[in-house]
Amino acid sequence: MDRFIDDLPPMDLMRSEKMMFVQLIIPVESAQRAVSYLGELGLLQFRDLNSDKSPFQRTFVNQVKRCGEMSRKLRFFKEQINKAGLQSSVHPVSGPDLDLEELEIQLAEHEHELIETNSNSEKLRQTYNELLEFKMVLQKAGGFLVSSNGHAVAEETELSENVYSMNDYADTASLLEQDIRAGPSNQSGLRFISGIICKSKVLRFERMLFRATRGNMLFNQAPADEEIMDPVTAEMVEKTIFVVFFSGEQARTKILKICEAFGANCYPVSEDLTKQRQIIREVLSRLSELEATLDAGIRHRNKALTSIGFHLTKWMNMVRREKAVYDTLNMLNFDVTKKCLVGEGWCPIFAKAQIQEVLQRATFDSNSQVGTIFHVMDSMESPPTYFRTNRFTNAFQEIVDAYGVARYQEANPAVYAVITFPFLFAVMFGDWGHGICLLLGALVLIAQERKLSNQKLGSFMEMLFGGRYVLLLMSLFSIYCGLIYNEFFSVPFHIFGGSAYRCRDTTCSDAYTAGLVKYREPYPFGVDPSWRGSRSELPFLNSLKMKMSILLGVTQMNLGIILSYFDARFFGSSLDIRYQFVPQLIFLNSLFGYLSLLIIIKWCTGSQADLYHVMIYMFLSPTDDLGENELFWGQRPLQILLLLLATVAVPWMLFPKPFILRKLHTERFQGRTYGILGTSEMDLEVEPDSARQHHEDFNFSEIFVHQMIHSIEFVLGAVSNTASYLRLWALSLAHSELSTVFYEKVLLLAWGYDNLVIRLVGLAVFAFATAFILLMMETLSAFLHALRLHWVEFQNKFYHGDGYKFRPFSFALINDEED
Amino acid sequence: MYGFEAMTFNIHGGYLEAIVRGYRAGLLTAADYNNLCQCETLDDIKMHLSATEYGPYLQNEPSPLHTTTIVEKCTLKLVDEYKHMLCQATEPLSTFLEYITYGHMIDNVVLIVTGTLHERDVQELLEKCHPLGMFDSIATLAVAQNMRELYRLVLVDTPLAPYFSECITSEDLDDMNIEIMRNTLYKAYLEDFYKFCQKLGGATAEIMSDLLAFEADRRAVNITINSIGTELTRDDRRKLYSNFGLLYPYGHEELAVCEDIDQVRGVMEKYPPYQSIFSKLSYGESQMLDKAFYEEEVKRLCLAFEQQFHYGVFFAYMRLREQEIRNLMWISECVAQNQKSRVHDSVVFIF
Repeated sequence: MDRFIDDLPPMDLMRSEKMMFVQLIIPVESAQRAVSYLGELGLLQFRDLNSDKSPFQRTFVNQVKRCGEMSRKLRFFKEQINKAGLQSSVHPVSGPDLDLEELEIQLAEHEHELIETNSNSEKLRQTYNELLEFKMVLQKAGGFLVSSNGHAVAEETELSENVYSMNDYADTASLLEQDIRAGPSNQSGLRFISGIICKSKVLRFERMLFRATRGNMLFNQAPADEEIMDPVTAEMVEKTIFVVFFSGEQARTKILKICEAFGANCYPVSEDLTKQRQIIREVLSRLSELEATLDAGIRHRNKALTSIGFHLTKWMNMVRREKAVYDTLNMLNFDVTKKCLVGEGWCPIFAKAQIQEVLQRATFDSNSQVGTIFHVMDSMESPPTYFRTNRFTNAFQEIVDAYGVARYQEANPAVYAVITFPFLFAVMFGDWGHGICLLLGALVLIAQERKLSNQKLGSFMEMLFGGRYVLLLMSLFSIYCGLIYNEFFSVPFHIFGGSAYRCRDTTCSDAYTAGLVKYREPYPFGVDPSWRGSRSELPFLNSLKMKMSILLGVTQMNLGIILSYFDARFFGSSLDIRYQFVPQLIFLNSLFGYLSLLIIIKWCTGSQADLYHVMIYMFLSPTDDLGENELFWGQRPLQILLLLLATVAVPWMLFPKPFILRKLHTERFQGRTYGILGTSEMDLEVEPDSARQHHEDFNFSEIFVHQMIHSIEFVLGAVSNTASYLRLWALSLAHSELSTVFYEKVLLLAWGYDNLVIRLVGLAVFAFATAFILLMMETLSAFLHALRLHWVEFQNKFYHGDGYKFRPFSFALINDEED
Repeated sequence: MYGFEAMTFNIHGGYLEAIVRGYRAGLLTAADYNNLCQCETLDDIKMHLSATEYGPYLQNEPSPLHTTTIVEKCTLKLVDEYKHMLCQATEPLSTFLEYITYGHMIDNVVLIVTGTLHERDVQELLEKCHPLGMFDSIATLAVAQNMRELYRLVLVDTPLAPYFSECITSEDLDDMNIEIMRNTLYKAYLEDFYKFCQKLGGATAEIMSDLLAFEADRRAVNITINSIGTELTRDDRRKLYSNFGLLYPYGHEELAVCEDIDQVRGVMEKYPPYQSIFSKLSYGESQMLDKAFYEEEVKRLCLAFEQQFHYGVFFAYMRLREQEIRNLMWISECVAQNQKSRVHDSVVFIF
């Protein structure tokens, strides 16, 4: 037996890769290259030897800072490119390979240029905006002035000579001068200030003016025709033009202050029409000039940005890699001579040759005289867990890892989950119509695999895409189970020949009350389609699914227990085999294994025995006669034997192990009186949280309590886990009933009317219900229940899941993370 | 004394309390400060901060950093968090959160008014204002010539309006009465906040009354020390003390007549909670008083997190963050000006 097991071919996914703890001693001159080559290889996980140092105390802090600065610049470029509405090219052009220094210089140049053009165009934009605003103010405020002028002339002729005495500024002052040169101060003069302000501030502005002048002012406003671009944020702002009429010098200063406080720009407007026209002309000509300059500036900038955009992705990758390299170098230690860097880390054993080759290449490429020393060391720490998965197994491994990463070299449940997970899902989701829908979805995802894997997906789509192969298997098994259940959107199909049953009479009216008559050979595959809607449908399906659930459950739990045997064998712990595996196997099988046996016998013989009765009275009165419930000869003595075995198994798994452990411990302790003392150096190396620390402090009560908890959990779990597998039945029932409801109560009902609209509505409701409730919600719930059955019922039999993942230093992983 | 807050608090306040406790976990620890104090340049500080929650706020700053940039960005984070909480809050928590900012509002008003008095540029002043204390028409403050105008033009629209009832005078503004205005406003604000918290009741009232009483007492001591040797009369001084707190009313009577720092000390040492603060100081010294008060305040604020189902945590968190920003400012200043020996003078460790 042992020979046979040992001779089995090794399973790759069953045990995680064998790892080794290695030390690298790299000469400083080739360190950077070596680490970057290792990053390309991606098979070595470095240990942080400087964890006590803060980031800026480490060796390569300056390089890290430079990389940070460069990536800041690159982010700035990216932002600028996005702002300008350009597309940074996805396919990087293959330019000349730069080294970091050159890149740094180039980036600085580009940034400088960009900032300069930006500030220039900002200035231009500012001037342009001012002119634009001035133009608008002139146009709008001119209108106010003309109307109010006429008004003023009519009403207060005596003021007219002094009013609006602002004629003299226009030819002297620059057009853009902000403040207003009011005419000679005149107490009785009614004067005005015109300007432009953000639309959102107008109301408060007006209120403030009203308060400040105690109501002695007239406020006119008109919305601007065009939106104005804010030069800093490049957003379009709506503005409003206003004209305030007031009198008095004090009010003027106040109003100007308020204008300033609200960020309103004031522009002088001449009320002389000819002058106004002249100014408008001037402004317009300058505007068109500026526009041309602005456009040229933007074109120039966009050209520069496009040329940056060509390289951007490449540069970003490069900087990211360099930063990762220096971050890794920061994890290394200097040796005593300060000429070498010392690194420690984990790598899988198979990668040894590759790593050595890479290191040699690095030494060669950097013309270093001294090679890198690479050797294996001992470690107290438990190695990381590393499974080599492909795109098919990856999703299943993820499902298992979500519960807990396997302990180093522990049996990996993902091996079995590849089949059992989709299968248990399908038991709950058995419908070949729905299965085909899922299959189509999965096939679409797989067909688009190449395209989608390069794309950035939403979180939901990403999840769906990541599980595409799980989905594929789930749908295939759903079709299989659906064929067995004979479910197709709850429409019965005679695929495998004619039904074995027929109605009692021609009307078939009593199919539900009296049932059907069998008249020929049984239906060859799956459930007979004629049963749908007949009396025998539910009792038969329930009984079938319930018993099937228990059979599947007991099988899977036994598999779990058997895996614990292989684990114990692998780790050489005969104690676990003798005092844990054996009693557990006996306990489970003497109770529920026996139940499974009874189910199979009942199915094979067609006996009428009541299994509930058998099981219950096996405990209540094992010695009583079984009567009509006897399924086979010798059932009673067998039951008594099984009961005894189960009773013995409980103390068997509870007591011996802790006591034997204590005995072993005391023996070892006595034997070690003259043994080798652990060197103090070794003890210091041990990380406090490492999993494989020597448990020198043996605490009997703790171990005993631990064992007690485990035993109780197993004994109670045997019952509750078996019951838990009945969810297979429950969900499957719910699924088929739901689809029956949608089919019969929605689709058939609507089809009963001879009205196209009602039929269409019925069809639409049916389609939506099928898509969202049956295909999405039910898939999700069946998925979750399958997940639970694996995580709890299956894995608690053997799986510890307290390992940690192997995270090699790899550029590929870094790029994935950043994206 | 306690209502049944535990039963109903989480309906409206649970989410935000969880958020604020999450934020609190992001406060810098003593280990962080130790590392920061060892920094040689501002870039080192940035690098260290980039590993903390301030990371995203500082990562896009170009390399020659300034202290102001660091402080500005850190404040920005606080403001973002505050705004997030305010958006999520329902009554009465939203009012409570708004109350927290009134103090900054008062400071900003005073800053602008003093600035314009000394003819500084308004934009420049606005940049110096604390972003939490901004309100719409703050820039217009520059227009006002006296208290009455100040009130009538600008502040009537702000939540500060009710606090103004005591200081409306037609006198022109000068440094002295601006300072008096600040303290009168602050007094009215603290009293109002205190009343509001009492109205909320339960654990909030209990914890906040403790924190606010400490704040009021500290202000009373500061007012006393700052007004020694000025022309402020005893009665005027007495009027500036808030009408609650541990020192109210007898301590206030005694503080009002103090003529030098040692007399203040004599008064304060009668109150056991403050005894420990003053016992750290040598006689005649008032320089370290601020730090001692800050340390005591931080201790009390941290204690507010020990209890659940009350609003004090929001107040405490905002104050702790502000203290943290003060610390960062001090550290960055010391680093920038090569005064590393003084770095520990003003840093108050939070945890």
